[in-house]
Amino acid sequence: MTVASEKRTLLTIVTETVLEDALLRDLEKLGVRGYTVCDARGRGNRGVRNGRYEEAANIRIEIICPRALADQVVAHIQAQYYANYAMVAYLHEVDVLRPEKF
Amino acid sequence: MIDVVILFFLLGLAAGLARSELKLPAALYDSLSLVLLLAIGLKGGEGLSQQPLGPLAPQLALVIALGVAQTLLGFTALRYLGGLERADAAATAAHYGSVSVATFAVGANWLASRGIAFEPQLAIFLTVMEVPAILTGIVLARGVSREMNWRGLAHEAFLGKGVTLLLGGMAVGWIAGPEGLAPIKGLFYDLFKGALALFLLEMGLIVAQQAGELRRRGAFIVIFGLATPPLSALLGLACAWIMGLSAGGAALLATLAASASYIAVPATMRLAVPEANPGLSLAAVLGVTFPFNILVGIPLYYWLASKLTGAGG
Repeated sequence: MTVASEKRTLLTIVTETVLEDALLRDLEKLGVRGYTVCDARGRGNRGVRNGRYEEAANIRIEIICPRALADQVVAHIQAQYYANYAMVAYLHEVDVLRPEKF
Repeated sequence: MIDVVILFFLLGLAAGLARSELKLPAALYDSLSLVLLLAIGLKGGEGLSQQPLGPLAPQLALVIALGVAQTLLGFTALRYLGGLERADAAATAAHYGSVSVATFAVGANWLASRGIAFEPQLAIFLTVMEVPAILTGIVLARGVSREMNWRGLAHEAFLGKGVTLLLGGMAVGWIAGPEGLAPIKGLFYDLFKGALALFLLEMGLIVAQQAGELRRRGAFIVIFGLATPPLSALLGLACAWIMGLSAGGAALLATLAASASYIAVPATMRLAVPEANPGLSLAAVLGVTFPFNILVGIPLYYWLASKLTGAGG
């Protein structure tokens, strides 16, 4: 049998640790109801960000929400942060089991 | 004889440059900096509990002015001699107007291991000097505008980890006094040198990472990183002379003036002046100024301070 599920969008943002507080405040203002944050390290066009100390540390934020809200968040962070910060964001379609949560 | 803690720094530096696998856990680095900050705060607070606080007010005003003046001078040099962008010049100048706790700790340790006393208010100077440069740097980059999130920045500047632990440690030390602190002396005073040694090992590794960045940046940033500390130290010595500090106190104030922040300022500037390149400031501060100060600067500043105060040596 298949489990009842619904489509939502998973938005993943990888960015600088220093932005964490500001970004989470923005998300709440935009109406995001939940998110998961974890420490991350990696390499991109701003060089190796190995997390040795805060300036060189990254975080990964994951948000599951309706597509419209995800688009709104992406538009906001693009305008606000893309130019000057190390930031990557991408969208995924995911199946969620309890749609009322997201 | 070179201090043993400096040997740990050189070990980290050599290991980093040789691309060793050595890596300290981030949690250990955080714990060590917490112990160092609290120990400096406690020691200052303990000393202050034995003396009146009234005469400190004009001294604090003087070190605030020192932080602002250093930032303005640094900005002028970077912008007009170095030809840096306004944002980069302002952010880098703020690093240099502010202070480095690690450099202060090495200086305090250098004096203590030679039995040279210094005034307890140096710990307050350390705390107070973090902030004026940050605010000056932001105004230099941005001007004074209403759009700035001043509340958020003040929160970042005044309630960051460093200031909270230093002020908190000072309050605890001041309230507890020498007898109250006796039971925890083992951790904060006796182990200070060991904690500093491990901390400097990690600092060596971090400094080694700046090598590539420095090669890309060219000579000006190296010259700025080397020339600024002794000049700033002279300003610090002038302030110490006005305050009538002892040779040890004057050397440590000169060290504070010469030192450049690499924790509080980068984090705040990243948010307040995002278009400034953080790699540029950190390459100068970590790659050049920090090693210069702990290897050459501190003994030099003490030598100058002892000439100035007539303490001999």
